[in-house]
Amino acid sequence: MRPFDYQRAEDTAAARTASRAGATILAGGTNLLDLMKLEVMAPERVVDISRLGLNRITEKDGGLHIGATVTNSDLAADMRIRRDYPVLSRALLAGASGQLRNKATTGGNLLQRTRCPYFYDTGTACNKRTPGEGCAAIGGELRNHAILGTSEHCVALHPSDMAVAMRALDAMVEVEGEDGTRREVALDDFYRLPGDRPDIETTLAPGDLITGVTLPAPLEGRQQYRKVRDRASYAFALVSIAAIVRMEDGRIADATLAFGGIGTRPWRDPEMETLLKGERPSAALFAKAADVLMRHAAVHPGLEFKLTLVTRLLSATLEEMTE
Amino acid sequence: MKTTLTVNGRPHTLDLDPRVTLLDALRDHLHLTGSKKGCDHGQCGACTVLVDGRRINACLSLAVAHDGDDITTVEGLSEDGKSPLQTAFVRNDGMQCGYCTPGQLCSATAVLREVEAGWPSHVSETLEGPATLTRDELAERMSGNICRCSCYPGINAAILEIAEESTDYAEAAE
Ligand SMILES: Cc1cc2nc3c(=O)[nH]c(=O)nc-3n(C[C@H](O)[C@H](O)[C@H](O)COP(=O)(O)OP(=O)(O)OC[C@H]3O[C@@H](n4cnc5c(N)ncnc54)[C@H](O)[C@@H]3O)c2cc1C
Ligand code: FES
Ligand code: FES
Repeated sequence: MRPFDYQRAEDTAAARTASRAGATILAGGTNLLDLMKLEVMAPERVVDISRLGLNRITEKDGGLHIGATVTNSDLAADMRIRRDYPVLSRALLAGASGQLRNKATTGGNLLQRTRCPYFYDTGTACNKRTPGEGCAAIGGELRNHAILGTSEHCVALHPSDMAVAMRALDAMVEVEGEDGTRREVALDDFYRLPGDRPDIETTLAPGDLITGVTLPAPLEGRQQYRKVRDRASYAFALVSIAAIVRMEDGRIADATLAFGGIGTRPWRDPEMETLLKGERPSAALFAKAADVLMRHAAVHPGLEFKLTLVTRLLSATLEEMTE
Repeated sequence: MKTTLTVNGRPHTLDLDPRVTLLDALRDHLHLTGSKKGCDHGQCGACTVLVDGRRINACLSLAVAHDGDDITTVEGLSEDGKSPLQTAFVRNDGMQCGYCTPGQLCSATAVLREVEAGWPSHVSETLEGPATLTRDELAERMSGNICRCSCYPGINAAILEIAEESTDYAEAAE
């Protein structure tokens, strides 16, 4: 690991000032330290925000406000989340391990970097690590890579489970800007598509600090998170789905579906959701929905299995939830 | 950087480079070599310790970030290495080479508390609780601890034995 200065922030203003001056924010450290050990990230200054008191979950406008340093364990175990936002509890519990969830925070989870092996291997080319260097993944071994939202410069996935559930729940990221004003950003405006600058992953500016995430009032309907992976536990998703479905008189009144494991950011497709709305559930309908979802897929060799997997997962989930 | 860690009940003040992980502070600075370094990247659980009663991977944590925290390592689980959980591991052949054992013991200690607190897991049928420690539940909750010798049958038997004993006590007390 390269040497760095460590500072513990006493308040959010100190964290913002340090971040504006180039310091990298340290929350749980489970992603940042991993990458610093490999020198994929090599900050000269680190500012620790773990003791800023951003670790509370409070009620807000009929929904909930989750502080940025609430741990993944505490969030998953919170009674309000378990009762009103079960898809979020389920997504968190499907991620990482008990040990990691005790350290991993809400803000850190949103900003965790990709698990593309070429991003991790400083001996290979990666536009996300070193802009303009090229991408060894394209034409290389592909498995945990994206088929939606990719560009000719990058096929890296966003690996988070939590963010997929939050995307389905229309969560808003609360950001404290350089001057101390707070703003709320929807997840689709928060995550950038890679384009020709895969190294710039979000619309955050230097000095911005995530202070929390807001969940709107709970939605009616059933909620589910399903995750397919290479082993039964302690592995990232090959494909995952966060689904909220409300039925009315045997028809799908609303289907909100977000996907992990296929997109360069947590994926949602309004066109597919519209297609399902008002329809009677059937195998043909679900197959059509999968076709719509995959209409812009860019499937590099090695990732063909994801088309089948996502189609089957979508059908199985909808079948079960529309019974 | 001056950092005070209370380890197994005893405070220690160390002068540390910010790069030192909690794991290296414990092993190299305090010579508590029970906690093991398997992968150094959060992928194996050999370094599991308890911080303020919760299990974490000491390898993915900076020691300076734990200034003032209360840390329990395998050395602190009992005075003589013969806590009920430790003896259950021995009785059930819960180890072969023993490298993963300190992490397994710390993790299992926390799992029993998490179940008691009603925390659900990925395999729980309902999120409403209460949590019960079936074999599937245990496998899921302990999945952050890899055993390269694959002693899972023994490890699981040992933990289930202790879980059942404590439920028996709880029922007897009611
Ligand atoms: C072995 C292993 C398996 C895993 N499996 C899964 C899995 O199955 N599913 C899954 O979803 N995740 C998984 N993870 C990833 C884990 O969820 C993340 O590492 C964790 O959520 C990151 O949170 P943190 O608080 O530790 O972040 P940190 O490492 O502290 O920070 C991550 C990034 O976010 C930035 N940051 C943090 N907080 C803020 C803030 N408030 N404002 C601005 N910037 C901030 C940091 O600067 C850094 O760049 C796994 C990790 C490991 C090591
Ligand atoms: S050494 Fe920490 S998880 Fe492997
Ligand atoms: S006993 Fe050898 S690794 Fe577990």
